[in-house]
Amino acid sequence: MAEIEKVEYWRWTESNWRNPEIPDWHGSLITAGVDIGSTSTQAVIMADGVPFAYSNMRTGSNSPDSAIGAINWAMKDTGLTLEDITYTIGTGYGRVNVPFSNKTVTEITCHAKGANYIYGPTVRTILDMGGQDCKAIHCDEKGTVTSFMMNDKCAAGTGRGMEVIANLLAVRVEDIGEMSFQIDEEPAPVSSTCVIFAKSEATKLMRSGWTKEKVLAAYCHAMALRVVRLLERNGMELDFAITGGIAKNVGVVRRIERLMGIQALKPTMDTQIAGALGAALLGKELVEKKRAKENQ
Amino acid sequence: MITAGIDCGSQNTRAVLMQDGKLVAKALLPTAFDADLAAQTVFEKALSDAGLKREDIDRVIITGVGREIVKWGDGEVNEVGAGARGARYAVPDTDTIIDMGADSCRVIRLNDDGSIMKYEVNDKCASGAGTFIEAMARALQISTEQMGDFSLRHTKELATNAQCVVFAESEVISLIHAKETREDIAYGVHMGIANRIASMIRRVGLTDRFTMIGGPAFNKGLVSCMSKVFGREIQVPDDNQFMTAIGAAIFAAENQ
Repeated sequence: MAEIEKVEYWRWTESNWRNPEIPDWHGSLITAGVDIGSTSTQAVIMADGVPFAYSNMRTGSNSPDSAIGAINWAMKDTGLTLEDITYTIGTGYGRVNVPFSNKTVTEITCHAKGANYIYGPTVRTILDMGGQDCKAIHCDEKGTVTSFMMNDKCAAGTGRGMEVIANLLAVRVEDIGEMSFQIDEEPAPVSSTCVIFAKSEATKLMRSGWTKEKVLAAYCHAMALRVVRLLERNGMELDFAITGGIAKNVGVVRRIERLMGIQALKPTMDTQIAGALGAALLGKELVEKKRAKENQ
Repeated sequence: MITAGIDCGSQNTRAVLMQDGKLVAKALLPTAFDADLAAQTVFEKALSDAGLKREDIDRVIITGVGREIVKWGDGEVNEVGAGARGARYAVPDTDTIIDMGADSCRVIRLNDDGSIMKYEVNDKCASGAGTFIEAMARALQISTEQMGDFSLRHTKELATNAQCVVFAESEVISLIHAKETREDIAYGVHMGIANRIASMIRRVGLTDRFTMIGGPAFNKGLVSCMSKVFGREIQVPDDNQFMTAIGAAIFAAENQ
């Protein structure tokens, strides 16, 4: 009997990166940020305030192991060891589970700081679409949070909801965005709010002859509508940027832009590392402040 | 006079036949993919069980979420109206009905004469519905029917936080990893649902004579958690799954 390969469509690709422009580092300060999210964990290493290396992995069932795994993968080709890192900040849902951290900071603060670095100081509204929550954040030109609103009660409008649909339709979660535009005309959004009901609705649509692409379009449309409501409640102030895993899903991003009639800033880096990057930046600021005080 | 009530639920379809206010036949089938076919099949089954023919039935009333799909009835009634009549048939003096289905939950408050005072419906979110319990049973690797007994055997007051089914699945798995027992987790799941239903109850006003109908009413663990949260005894009629269909058949006899 032939073996049937069990594909896990929700499994997005893990990655690591090392800055090719820093061949050999001889600076004065290395800081790190580790963002343990519900779904993904990132570690970012900064050398004198410049991203040096990062990793982006799935959070396992054990958060301390995820933190150690992520930092080791980020350090892999840098020649660094944990002792070389002066200061580490843990953030995200599992921030208390970073065994080697010096401090914890909430992911909201870190995302605003990270988005300020990635997108520049003009960013005022950040939509962070994570694995199990969705946040609308306002910040000032320094990346300091001025207000925020979040949904962490319901999987509709989160990455987890998208994963459920990916598994149902047997489509890789990374392909959903592009596929959702392979349609003749934009269908009405999936009407169910609850992911469980949306799953039944998607099954019914498929059975009535809709293509996978059309169902994905209807689902991305529904998700965009949901987060637009959150954005509108918190107020929209330009410039606007999206962080987190769903920022990589053009099917949702372009529909949010269409519904709001605005353009989101184009990311120059992996949008999933914003939290960890912000944490590493905050670490750098803290150490510099402390050093300045000591030198007075 | 013989009337029929057919309740087209999202998961099961039921038919009952009633003669002069007495239940003469009942049948239940999964709704599956074709609500119309399920309604016809279950109706025929009830007829054959009672030894009756289609012509013997004076009126057929359709209720349930699938009622718009089934066109061959003599009329329809919504689930609130049908559920209220059904529960009153079983428990004549009840004044608050919790009607929990696979995909929705309704709390109905009645006046003394049985008319509806007000009601609350949650059909947007699976957090207070049978589907939630099924998903948690899957995560615990026990059957939905076992959830009640497991919960009744709990040894501590475990609380669960997640409201969303999708998040609750992860929470249950984390609790299993944290070496909590399935008994305590089942209890925590039921308490979570009971607390969500309690907020619906508060909106219609807390009374004394509770009745629970719908499939999840079989779950003694859930009913016990609800009694605990409301501080009231909860009546569960024998044919709890058929109450809405019975209500439709009663409606059929009322509205000649």
